[in-house]
Amino acid sequence: MQLDHEIVAGNLVFRVQGELDLNTAERFRLYVDDAMDRHRCYQAVLNLRKVTFVDSSGLGAIIGRYRRIAQRQGTISIVSPPPHVLSVLELSGIKKIIPVYSSEQKALAPEARMA
Amino acid sequence: MHERKTVLEGLVDDGGISVGHNNEVRLEMLALPENVGLARVSIAAFASQIDFSMGEVEEIKVAVSEAVSNAVIHAYPQGGWVKISARLTGRLLEVEVKDTGKGIEDVSQAREPSFSTEPGRMGLGFVFMESFMDGMDIQSIPGRGTTVRMWKECRPVEGSND
Repeated sequence: MQLDHEIVAGNLVFRVQGELDLNTAERFRLYVDDAMDRHRCYQAVLNLRKVTFVDSSGLGAIIGRYRRIAQRQGTISIVSPPPHVLSVLELSGIKKIIPVYSSEQKALAPEARMA
Repeated sequence: MHERKTVLEGLVDDGGISVGHNNEVRLEMLALPENVGLARVSIAAFASQIDFSMGEVEEIKVAVSEAVSNAVIHAYPQGGWVKISARLTGRLLEVEVKDTGKGIEDVSQAREPSFSTEPGRMGLGFVFMESFMDGMDIQSIPGRGTTVRMWKECRPVEGSND
């Protein structure tokens, strides 16, 4: 798994590449939490476009970020999950608590941030 | 992609239509997080010997990942071996993931979806295995280990080549 982040319009946009599973979930958690704490920014956008695999361990790490961000009155959204990742998101019910957008632009639109 | 055929299958095939075949693999690995990917990719490659769609292969990957992750997380806090076997019988894939770890006290409770167990763990492993495969069976003896068996049939899809 590879990760980078960028600040776009006051949001931390994380771009994840590769597999999000038991082996990488902890690294994902540390990276995201560290970036948010360093930038003191809890408006997160997770771009999953290049994610090749997610299972319940990966989802657990995402849900964990959601909880941490919610405690800090922040927001989190998911962008561009590939079809097989989307089906895992749907089955888990995560879509009910984390909005999913088809592009970073849509996730960063002011209307989206109001939700 | 969809016409791939092994030599053996080519020999037993009566021409043109994939009839499936019989094959079996066994893998044994230490219960470590870094081996979970190897397990799911191996079984996915094995399952691809029959014409599961790309979506179905992804589902098989998730199911195997969950079963092996469970062994890593729950069965063996001190480490141990996981045995994975997969069998193709005609158009049926069966996967067995076996550990000799601590076992599950209450299997029916473990199968229930629990969205809010400990933070970071979602209790969705068995839900994914059940949803993404056609069926699942769990045999577990506390102190002796757990065997998860799951299966999925490759159904011919007419008019679609995904």
